[in-house]
Amino acid sequence: MIVGERKPLAEIAEMLEPFRKICVLGCGTCVTVCLSGGEKEAAETAAALSLLRQKEGKDVEIFTHTLLRQCEYEYIDDFSKNMPECDAILSLACGVGVQTMTARLPDKIILPGLNTQFMGYPLEQGVWSENCLGCGDCVLDLTLGICPITRCSKSMLNGPCGGSQNGKCEVDDSIDCAWHLIYERLSKMGMVDRMDAIQPPKDWSTSHHGGPRTMIREDVRLETGE
Amino acid sequence: MKPESNLEKVLVGGHFAVTGELGPPMSAELETLKHHADAMRNHVDSYNITDNQTAIVRTSSIGVAAALMQMGLEPNVQMTVRDRNRICLQSDLLGAVSFGVRNFLCLQGDHAKFGNEPQSKNVNDLDSMQLIQALKNMRDEGVFISGEKLEHPLPRIFIGAVANPFADPFEYRHLRLAKKIAAGAQFIQTQCIFDMDRFEKWMEKVRELGLHEKVYIMGGVTPIKSIGAARYMQKNVAGMIVPDELIDRIRGAKDRKKEGLNIAIETIQRLKEIEGVAGVHVMAIAWEEVVPEIVERAGLYPRPQVD
Repeated sequence: MIVGERKPLAEIAEMLEPFRKICVLGCGTCVTVCLSGGEKEAAETAAALSLLRQKEGKDVEIFTHTLLRQCEYEYIDDFSKNMPECDAILSLACGVGVQTMTARLPDKIILPGLNTQFMGYPLEQGVWSENCLGCGDCVLDLTLGICPITRCSKSMLNGPCGGSQNGKCEVDDSIDCAWHLIYERLSKMGMVDRMDAIQPPKDWSTSHHGGPRTMIREDVRLETGE
Repeated sequence: MKPESNLEKVLVGGHFAVTGELGPPMSAELETLKHHADAMRNHVDSYNITDNQTAIVRTSSIGVAAALMQMGLEPNVQMTVRDRNRICLQSDLLGAVSFGVRNFLCLQGDHAKFGNEPQSKNVNDLDSMQLIQALKNMRDEGVFISGEKLEHPLPRIFIGAVANPFADPFEYRHLRLAKKIAAGAQFIQTQCIFDMDRFEKWMEKVRELGLHEKVYIMGGVTPIKSIGAARYMQKNVAGMIVPDELIDRIRGAKDRKKEGLNIAIETIQRLKEIEGVAGVHVMAIAWEEVVPEIVERAGLYPRPQVD
């Protein structure tokens, strides 16, 4: 899932300062699951904003709504048909949602209420962990399911650097050394010789380094397509 | 092709090699660095020049190499993959070779988090292994990473890499060395050795694979200047082991600095006895003036004249 974290209220208040009628718009999928931008968080954010404006003696009108996904036109269209008037929409979706909303509703001002963090998973209650950078050329077969591009702080492809100690990364004791994990996993599976081959320089052009990416599937495209 | 680098000649000649290390300053004023370099000119075979060590912005390694060459001294240019992509690394290699640099040491580099620009982007386009291989292919095959040909062959460069027997997983460390040799490393400089037992265990594994016959291994030696410095390395430098007994020994000494030197010299004496160790790399950062004394007392002076 895409993991996000709500921006500090002060930052949100500042970006919304010029606007009087505000819609706080939650997103019902990833950021609902990671407890940062769903229906509940939209209501909390709206309440906190109202209170803040009240304290400052400034007039505000806030309503909330939540779409199943802000990253798909069909949900945005359902919403925009009956959307009440507003000066700005505070989107609690990830950056994908904010931009899809902007593309679909170009006359509206859509502002980000979250800092989008990463693609990852809930490690335990209240802890989320990054495990995919979307590099466009998956190497999880080499390492049997532990991504060195994402989980090694230096994205190394040929084993652990000299900063790995006691299974931890030099960057922070809270980070496991990905190559230590890979070494242990490959050892356990009797496949540690997979680390012997020199992995050549990675083709980063399939990642964001090749420029913003578009994926096209001609076989499922509509002729009139969007 | 015959060796062009003095360090390579010393090692190929079977002499126990000694390299020094210079850390460029956080300015373009190189007088102090040149003074240190000059003071050990008869005591080391080549000078490592660090590449923005611990991710702190300093005069570039190649810039300092130029200054050293003008003094008639031989640099060993450290290249990390932290700050430069493959375009820049290959280009910088050509630039350095163009004015006579022949020794290059390939490293990954400390994460930028440790330095004075912690908000910067860590490049890591290549990893250290891939850099070693890239330099080898440029020299031996005359090709860039892209496969495109160099317009003119490279002269004989001497490719180095690092090894850290004190990092984990320990059982993998000699295999990582084997991989670096396969990638093209010709000489190895290790992390500072304070835990000699662990170093010797690593060397055993290195010898079991016969790696000491395929690469020149130089043991890293750092004289401990103070208890504070030792504690700092123990706690804050990634991938180092500084045993408490060592710190206790210095603490108990009448003259702590002298004891630090004694330990460094003893370390070198032990390294000279270990089969497969071809030299020492003396890293007396911020204590450069003691290098001549260490080299002399370790019985490594005068340095061999090779050609």
